[in-house]
Amino acid sequence: MGNSSEKTDSVLLQYQEYLNKKVVFGIIASILLFFLAIYSIAVGSFDLPIGDVFLVLLGRDLGMANTIIWNIRLPQVLSAIASGAGLAVSGAIMQIILKNPLGSPFTLGISQAAGFGAAFSIVVLGVGSVHSGTDGEIVVNNPYLTTISAFGWAVVSTLVILMLVKFKNAAAETMILTGVALGSLFQAGTTAIQYFADDVEIASIVFWTFGDVGRATWRDLLIITVILLPSVFYFIKNSWNYNAISSGDETAKSLGVEVEKLRTKGMLLSSMLTAIIVSFVGIIGFVGLVAPHIVRKLIGTEERYLIPFSCLVGAILLLASDTVARTIISPVVLPVGILTSFLGAPLFIYLVLRGKNYIWS
Amino acid sequence: MELKISDLAFSYEDKLVLKDVGLTVEQGEILSIIGPNGSGKSTLIKCINRILQPQTGKLILQQQNIKNFTPRELACYLGYVPQHEDRKFPATVFDVVLLGRKPYIDWKPKEEDLKMVSDIISRLDLEPLAMRDVNKLSGGQLQKVIIGRALAQDPEIILLDEPTSSLDLKHQLEVLELIKTETSRGISAVKAIHDLSLAARFSDKFVMLKEGRVYAAGGPEILTPANIEDVYGVKVSIINHQGQTVVVPQTTSA
Repeated sequence: MGNSSEKTDSVLLQYQEYLNKKVVFGIIASILLFFLAIYSIAVGSFDLPIGDVFLVLLGRDLGMANTIIWNIRLPQVLSAIASGAGLAVSGAIMQIILKNPLGSPFTLGISQAAGFGAAFSIVVLGVGSVHSGTDGEIVVNNPYLTTISAFGWAVVSTLVILMLVKFKNAAAETMILTGVALGSLFQAGTTAIQYFADDVEIASIVFWTFGDVGRATWRDLLIITVILLPSVFYFIKNSWNYNAISSGDETAKSLGVEVEKLRTKGMLLSSMLTAIIVSFVGIIGFVGLVAPHIVRKLIGTEERYLIPFSCLVGAILLLASDTVARTIISPVVLPVGILTSFLGAPLFIYLVLRGKNYIWS
Repeated sequence: MELKISDLAFSYEDKLVLKDVGLTVEQGEILSIIGPNGSGKSTLIKCINRILQPQTGKLILQQQNIKNFTPRELACYLGYVPQHEDRKFPATVFDVVLLGRKPYIDWKPKEEDLKMVSDIISRLDLEPLAMRDVNKLSGGQLQKVIIGRALAQDPEIILLDEPTSSLDLKHQLEVLELIKTETSRGISAVKAIHDLSLAARFSDKFVMLKEGRVYAAGGPEILTPANIEDVYGVKVSIINHQGQTVVVPQTTSA
């Protein structure tokens, strides 16, 4: 008998160690994110000393540094963090509830729908009178109408998928396939609109399509955060249910999980979250797809860790990309969407090749 | 009486799968549901724990109508071992067994949940595999892990959907013996099973399904050549070998 309780203890101990590793990962990632944020505030077309960054954030008035930090750098850094976290957690949830490693706002056509919405507002609703600002940037008149239109169309795409679930009892595979079809449809719609647009309108559509976290104002950031925090809270609260879904719908049901309800709510919430983010900062690909896979690769798949850590890793990824995009060919500032697409594709191929056993088996 | 089912019917769209099905299971009993492919064995099991919703029928569990249980409460009474699972992402053996505690967990597992899971893992001799990825286990090992998860539900009845169908001979015996050991601790088992000789050896009673209806029900005495030929369409001899019933198929009848 003593022998058997010893064995039990050793199993418990192993499990505890295994959990500790994950907690350590979380702590390291948080510290990394913090210092990355400080660094990112300091660098740019005008470099600030790190010390000054701390002083200004702690409330000291240093003149011009204040203006730069509070009006430009801080909102950009925070929206990179919020958007990165939001896109990553949406991707993680879609992958879990659709039981498909390719689940992401992109594969479900939500990003493309938002892009179509933006083009729609610029050409059809006529927000497309664009002029060159003093800093040489293109400015879209009435950007909120563009945002609302982008969000509206993203919701349309989500609702189509959800209706399919509700009335046709669609399986996870059907949702992905429908998402791909919807994505192509909205892509085609955008192309059609571009065909009938004039030069200036095309310029503003293209400009909008490049995701750029520098576009978000404090008010945008507030809206994103108000949606993001309760969503993440809901996802973490349900992480045991998601864990059960990963074992298959029947198993999940036998464990008392109301699978259909959970899937519909999760799809709705993660799509909304994506739609809100995309409508404020434009299309930023790959963060939603790659961040959850990086977490799985590094610390495993348990949903109760995957969900919060995907937020952290997504935030780090997008913030790092944005910092690079702002400084790589300074003084030219690249929109981060271009960079994530360039980085994301090879990173994803690498993951597929190296992680073949884990992603596809 | 643990579980009593009467007058159960289930159909997919307009295809009738089960009709007028009834059975009872007492505490500590092993009930085998037998019958050919498509006779409704799996469907019947899934109707019991409400993975599927039967159109009619009365299911009484612990003197209460199953409809009065929430899905989560039901999960505390009925453990479930599915025929197969489609798992895309890896998970450790410990985490898979821990998932059986799901109906009892709110925010995070308590110390006693973890303790119980480690106990089950030791009891099933799985401790060297505790931190391994379940996707990399053999079929027999995986089946033990899944049974471990069902036991972690701390159920009154464990439902098993063809628990031996993909296992080698040794693991078939091991799994069935494991179920027998667990029923001697007081839980009951309801299993769908194909191998009639193994069913005969590891069951207290039988429900024989034919085209969604109960053809015969009772103890080992219903395993007659006549019944089996009528239900499966195969002539068999029943042999008694060292006290055990062995069903030997002859030829398929024309």
